[in-house]
Amino acid sequence: MKLLTFKGGIHPPEYKELTEDLPIERAVEPSTVVIPMQQHIGAPCEPIVKVGDRVLVGQKIGEAKGFVSSPVHSSVSGEVKAIDMRPAAGGGEVLSVTIVSDGMNEVDPSVKPKGDIDKLSGKEIIDIIKEAGIVGMGGAAFPTHVKLSPPPEKKIDTIILNGAECEPYLTADHRLMLEAPENVIYGLRAMMKAVGVEKGYIGIESNKPDAIEAMTKAAAEYPNIEVVGLYTKYPQGAEKQLIYACTKREVPSGGLPMDTGVIVNNVGTAAQVAIAIKTGMPLVERITTVTGKAITTPKNLLIKIGVSVKDVMEQCGGLTQKPGKLIMGGPMMGLASHTDEVVITKGASGVLLFTEAEAKMPERGPCIRCGKCVDICPAFLQPLHIANYSNNHMMEAAEKYRALDCIECGSCSFICPSKIPLLQAIRVAKRNIIAKKRKQS
Amino acid sequence: MMGGIGTMVEKLTVSSSPHVWSENTTSKIMLDVVIALLPATVGAIYFFRLNAAILIALAVITAVLTEMVIQKIRKQPITISDYSAVVTGLLLVLNIPASAPWWIPIVGSIFAIAVVKQLFGGLGQNFMNPALAARIMLMLSWTDQMTQWVKPGADAVSGATPLSFVKGLTEVPSKAPDMYDLIVGNVAGSMGETSAILLILGGLYLIYRGVISPKVPAIFIGTVAAITLIAGGFDFNFMLYHIFAGGLMIGAIFMATDYASSPVTAKGKVFFALGCGIIASMIRLYGAYPEGVGFSILLMNVAAPLIEKYTAPRVFGEVKK
Repeated sequence: MKLLTFKGGIHPPEYKELTEDLPIERAVEPSTVVIPMQQHIGAPCEPIVKVGDRVLVGQKIGEAKGFVSSPVHSSVSGEVKAIDMRPAAGGGEVLSVTIVSDGMNEVDPSVKPKGDIDKLSGKEIIDIIKEAGIVGMGGAAFPTHVKLSPPPEKKIDTIILNGAECEPYLTADHRLMLEAPENVIYGLRAMMKAVGVEKGYIGIESNKPDAIEAMTKAAAEYPNIEVVGLYTKYPQGAEKQLIYACTKREVPSGGLPMDTGVIVNNVGTAAQVAIAIKTGMPLVERITTVTGKAITTPKNLLIKIGVSVKDVMEQCGGLTQKPGKLIMGGPMMGLASHTDEVVITKGASGVLLFTEAEAKMPERGPCIRCGKCVDICPAFLQPLHIANYSNNHMMEAAEKYRALDCIECGSCSFICPSKIPLLQAIRVAKRNIIAKKRKQS
Repeated sequence: MMGGIGTMVEKLTVSSSPHVWSENTTSKIMLDVVIALLPATVGAIYFFRLNAAILIALAVITAVLTEMVIQKIRKQPITISDYSAVVTGLLLVLNIPASAPWWIPIVGSIFAIAVVKQLFGGLGQNFMNPALAARIMLMLSWTDQMTQWVKPGADAVSGATPLSFVKGLTEVPSKAPDMYDLIVGNVAGSMGETSAILLILGGLYLIYRGVISPKVPAIFIGTVAAITLIAGGFDFNFMLYHIFAGGLMIGAIFMATDYASSPVTAKGKVFFALGCGIIASMIRLYGAYPEGVGFSILLMNVAAPLIEKYTAPRVFGEVKK
């Protein structure tokens, strides 16, 4: 198989051997779940339950507010104990509904199979996805129904499923493709019908040959679905890079993937769409890789939304040593959390526990202008210059050097021999430039 | 229940992603350059004996000490363990004739580190290659001492450099050293620039380790080859003589590839190397000096920021105008 790829990128150590051969296990039943009202990009949900209410599995407890938003459902049956602010994975706090489980897992009567996709209209499929609270499960958590509803003037001809899983450590998508490839295909077919496109791709990195094989087999009877092998390189799964690898189309600077006629979704999201149509169960649980040197028994777990990281760690045999860092997601783009009280959300692809030694920040030296960051930037930027302008508060110059085209993959910070936090400085520039643009408009 | 030690989850580090970093460091890069210069250094000692060894030691020690003293004065962290001062001292001394008096490498190293490197802000900030700027300063200030070339061997018989044989000519005269001696380095000249083969060995190591891109040396040497080939009326011998004689190898492999004083953009590297090749050839063929590699690199060093500015890569998704 000829491997597809993009220009630039890096090869961080993978560490996937910790979990890639471990079948997905169902996590132990939680006694309590804390479900955040904002687990997605967009407007937060408004709670529609009160303290003392009895709720059922799959019952909607948070109503989406606004177009770019996504409803939230209960993952257990039990009693609402509190509605208050709780620590959020990205720092700060988020309004959350605490439910004490009664252990019965009584399913809400609204949860019913939706029928076969051949009998559903495109609009019906999008409504099912919207009501099931499905968001991008690769980590970004953008509401999926919004992605699948482009403005009519945008002609979409291709849907790409992202099975690259290019982040080190993470194996949740890998296991899903091995264990439930039929759900991935079913979800892709539903999305293709919803948007009315003829061509579907599933891109998988070459370090998962078994997943490529399983998906190819599952896609065999659908000639318009093509499973493509991708060269193993980070950030192969970044939206723009994946579109380029599969179609050789470049998302225009400042534009969106749909400007190239492509919509990208994660394989996990597709499988969730299949579950929502086949069983009617909204997004109340997900596969998460719990891994890292500081955890005793790394696992791929099917975990209910709202279970605390603390409970998850306990199920993985606890800690081998004092942890230095807790990362929600992968090590390249994940968010470091200051507490283990944060919970599994819809976008939680990984829970990564670093030792104190791994968490130690490297000492930063002066830029030696080696140009490595320029060589590897997948957006073809000059990170050293943007970061330098940002650090000197020269935001106009940073903008001229196209700071806004940065995809925040972190490859520059990774490769820098002087360990300069380039991406951090570029993020500061981006925030400043965007804030200024808002003020002007 | 808990398998490992108690879950004391406190004082977790919170930082912006990414949370992992490559193994590569500045000192590893600089150490690689030192390693790449070792064949030429050993060659210099082999060809020019004890005097070479003494000058090399003086240059390197002075460079490191100067860096330390200046950083102490500037109340900055001492960074001599990053090997960058070693690289500068070594590069400088390899550009000095083996017959030079003991104070020449000392003055040169102090100038390179104190003036060219530290006065402009230290590592990564110098706009010229420190070793090269120091070499030119020494040559202009103490021309006699810097051009007392000796033939290889312990007895230090004075001799002319290979390039002086072809100065003003478009063919290689019969009294010039033969090609084999040129490639091996058995000729008079600066102690580290004489052996093309040892320098190429170092260059291949740097390319293999990803420290330098082969683009700059290849284009630099290629340009000199093309121009001298035309100037010599397609006399291959004349062209090869120009490639293997003088400072072209050390300049193209070790000096034009200096990070701080050359463009970081891919296209910029092409223009930079092209400019180096053109200027070096023009000085060699038509200028007053037999050798032009050093001047060509310094001139292009000055032009590097401008070249870099106008060779920004096309950003992903940018529509060509």
